[in-house]
Amino acid sequence: MSSEHDPRLAERDRPWMMRTYAGHSTAKASNELYRRNLEKGQTGLSVAFDLPTQTGYDPDDELARGEVGKVGVPISHRGDMSALMDGIPLGEMNTSMTINATAAWLLALYIVAAEEQGVSEEQLQGTTQNDIIKEFLARGTYAFPPAPSMRLIADMIAYTVEHVPKWNPINICSYHLQEAGATPVQEIAYAMSNAIAVLDGVRERVGDRGPDIMEQVFGRISFFVNAGVRFVEEHAKLRAMSILWEEIGRERYGVSDARHLRFRYGVQVNSLGLTEAQPENNVQRIVLEALAVTLGRDARARAIQLPAWNEALGLPRPWDQQWSLRIQQVLAFETDILEYPDIFEGSKVMDALVAELLDGARSEMAVVAEHGGAVQAVPYMKAALVDSHRERIRRIESGEQIVVGQNRFQESESSPLTEDAEGGILVVDPKVEAEQAAEVARWRSERDQGAVDDALARLAAVAGDPASQDNLMEPTIAAARAGATTGEWARTLREVFGSYRAPTGVGEASAAPADADLEELRAQVSQLQEKLGRRPKILVGKPGLDGHSNGAEQIAVRARDSGMDVVYEGIRLTPSQIAASALQEGVHVIGLSILSGSHRELIPAVIAALQDAGVQAPVVVGGIIPDQDVAALRSAGVAAVYTPKDFDITRIMRDIVALVGEGSERPAVAVASANAAGNGSA
Amino acid sequence: MSEEGAALGTRLRERDLSAAPAALNLLESIAPEDLREATALLAEVSPAALGGEAPAHVIGITGPPGAGKSTLLSSLLHAWRAGGMTVAVLAVDPSSRRSGGSLLGDRARIEFDPADRGVLIRSTAAGDRLGGLARATRAAAEALAAAFDIVVVETVGVGQAETDIADLADTVAVVVQPGSGDVLQFLKAGIMEIPDVLVVTKSDLGEIALRTRRDLSAALRSLGAAGTKVVAVSSLSPPSGIEELLTALSEHRAGLDLPSRRLRARREGALVELAREDGERAVRALGGRPGALAVLERQPAGLGSDALARALREELRS
Repeated sequence: MSSEHDPRLAERDRPWMMRTYAGHSTAKASNELYRRNLEKGQTGLSVAFDLPTQTGYDPDDELARGEVGKVGVPISHRGDMSALMDGIPLGEMNTSMTINATAAWLLALYIVAAEEQGVSEEQLQGTTQNDIIKEFLARGTYAFPPAPSMRLIADMIAYTVEHVPKWNPINICSYHLQEAGATPVQEIAYAMSNAIAVLDGVRERVGDRGPDIMEQVFGRISFFVNAGVRFVEEHAKLRAMSILWEEIGRERYGVSDARHLRFRYGVQVNSLGLTEAQPENNVQRIVLEALAVTLGRDARARAIQLPAWNEALGLPRPWDQQWSLRIQQVLAFETDILEYPDIFEGSKVMDALVAELLDGARSEMAVVAEHGGAVQAVPYMKAALVDSHRERIRRIESGEQIVVGQNRFQESESSPLTEDAEGGILVVDPKVEAEQAAEVARWRSERDQGAVDDALARLAAVAGDPASQDNLMEPTIAAARAGATTGEWARTLREVFGSYRAPTGVGEASAAPADADLEELRAQVSQLQEKLGRRPKILVGKPGLDGHSNGAEQIAVRARDSGMDVVYEGIRLTPSQIAASALQEGVHVIGLSILSGSHRELIPAVIAALQDAGVQAPVVVGGIIPDQDVAALRSAGVAAVYTPKDFDITRIMRDIVALVGEGSERPAVAVASANAAGNGSA
Repeated sequence: MSEEGAALGTRLRERDLSAAPAALNLLESIAPEDLREATALLAEVSPAALGGEAPAHVIGITGPPGAGKSTLLSSLLHAWRAGGMTVAVLAVDPSSRRSGGSLLGDRARIEFDPADRGVLIRSTAAGDRLGGLARATRAAAEALAAAFDIVVVETVGVGQAETDIADLADTVAVVVQPGSGDVLQFLKAGIMEIPDVLVVTKSDLGEIALRTRRDLSAALRSLGAAGTKVVAVSSLSPPSGIEELLTALSEHRAGLDLPSRRLRARREGALVELAREDGERAVRALGGRPGALAVLERQPAGLGSDALARALREELRS
């Protein structure tokens, strides 16, 4: 074969950036973890923040209870950020931060931490996730209402384009849409509509600053996508996204530079499809999903982080994360995928798949546009996602969609991987919360309070004037420098912007197609109604700051479809809220869902609050609940615990009906998760 | 039911708010033994037992989905509680499903302090029942009116629910958002009863909100209902119009001949109850509306609507 027919690239491609989504307990502990990960060949950082940091609360806030240091690292002020990045040269590092509502604040802390290292902001490289629409749709860590949230995002983009030019100020996330049940078409359409809403918002804010500004802004927008185990179609999805993106850039924003039109994305592959049953199978799933985002050169990821095999069990340990990093390294350094040009070029199958997805996505984007764009269409998109997720669960329940080890081939030897005392997961020391609470109090007492007050007053003044031309980033950075805390920054803005609750999507969700199982369940519910004198009534809600509501929503919709009255309370509930609702609504049973690992603290607190209120209704709990915690929850008074391996929601409903039927006498509490609770991470 | 109806009724009459959840459980139940206890409960909170009309201001708040009712209620709750008034909200969900189940999402949209014992929110599904109210809503409102300062009945819809709400509330407020022409058309066409107060939300939208307010005021004048206040409110911070709305609501209540409005409401309520539960045929058997009203007018004025409905059924049997 002559060299002009050599199918190989002249030079092997450089691998993508390799990251691990990591952070837990404290800034210091996370810093040690990052340094070890970098020594192992990781090439970028991906910071996981805990839920209080993500939603704008300090560790000593009542709402932070049980959540401090759990799903990520708590960062309250510039001292924490400096400790987190200690010894890591920020002028060279590429850092991705999964941060949204409080993204402007965390970027400000990062800029100040860099200053302390003597690194100027224009050298900084990295990404803030900063995609608030998907928080309203799928992830739940929003803090402010839509309009001021979009203003914050627009200001951040305007600021970084000018002052932090190598920063990706926003990662439009289709990732979480897939976790919430999106089909590939929905994932493409909603992500693109979301990007359009952001770009339109920026254009409104800075469009008058010369003709080049939108060209530059467009070039800084990147995506964060998902890839499921149907990896051929998933690859086609990414090719479709890159075609659409270029089209939007040219046609809507007049972008012409090919570099700026390129569809740039990072990826975390699918967590929704990872199972608690036979969790070792997740390794194969992760490998195949990684192929979806690396196989074809024309739509290859810029940065990859892979979930750990045991995510559906609890928080992964450093060793579990190392395994996922090694998957990337084997792919990049042992296989030959980086040696060829695009291997799907000219493939009829791939082209047809891409065309089909493009057609579907364009028409769904038109529907979103008819609703007035992505911000206005949040309720529509949310309801559509709840519907898609319900359909997915139905297919798994009926066996139409095979999940190895879960609904087929369930027989298994016992696993040596989960045999240690903690069941093969990381358990955050419960002392962390109290220590962090004390630490932030100490920080507040040692700083120049006058400077902090002035900085926050300035922030409030700029935020309070919606017509202000002043960029919110400037007073934000000044507050970070003065030593303000995450909770103070967010509280200042909450006071000006007001608070907000996103639509739940469950009210609009259409009814399930009735099958024999559901009909039988409805008959049982009717019998129970006769016995109770009223229609059985269930309270479904999520205590704590965890915003992954997909599971709770599915439980709520199925309870309704089985004939119950459902009080759906959504996310971020305090124990006293749950108790007051249960009492006032006269519910017969309470279903709580928690995925953040805070069940050890929060569930007993809810049960105590219910007892104080004199509520007799049983409690069931669902979520990512490690086996070794089940007994403790049961003895605290929980009637039943469901985990991702309980994927059959109709069966959970039958349990609940039986529970209510047997026990107007017996107090109990059940928490339900089921696969419906999802295994979502990130 | 462990607690007897009469005891719960007495506690409500003595304004013990903690009796409310159990009272509502009882009133919503259709188990035969509960129905007996509910009768006993309602007797304890009837005007006869109270020695007059129940003290609460019963306010109906209705409007189409998305008009901003929950946000408005959050602002009103805040203002009432700041003034020391206790408030019960009966939120009626209109959804009707083949399964019979419902998703009651309103509570999550109303902001209030969960530790505050002076607020109660109860969600119910209207199910298949016509008229926009749940079976127990009327009884619940009458019972809670004995104990709370304010009882709000929140329903969804325009042109369907107002009639039933008007037979139960002292003051009916219809909530519309700017630009919603349907309310205007319904009013002009007489499909919709004229409310006591019209609330235009989202007044921060500016010109379109002002125009909606002007159009509604003009329509009301041409219908000879210039007395109906039209209030524009905004819940964006800083909220505006809430004080004006509170004044409009309490002025309406102050201008009422309360005993006669309530008496008429109880009689209409009993009639509706009979028609909904036993069908129009039962009403016809009593000689239609005039015949039924004649029966009701013979009853003592201090009976609750539940007792009045029973009187109609007894008349049917006799």
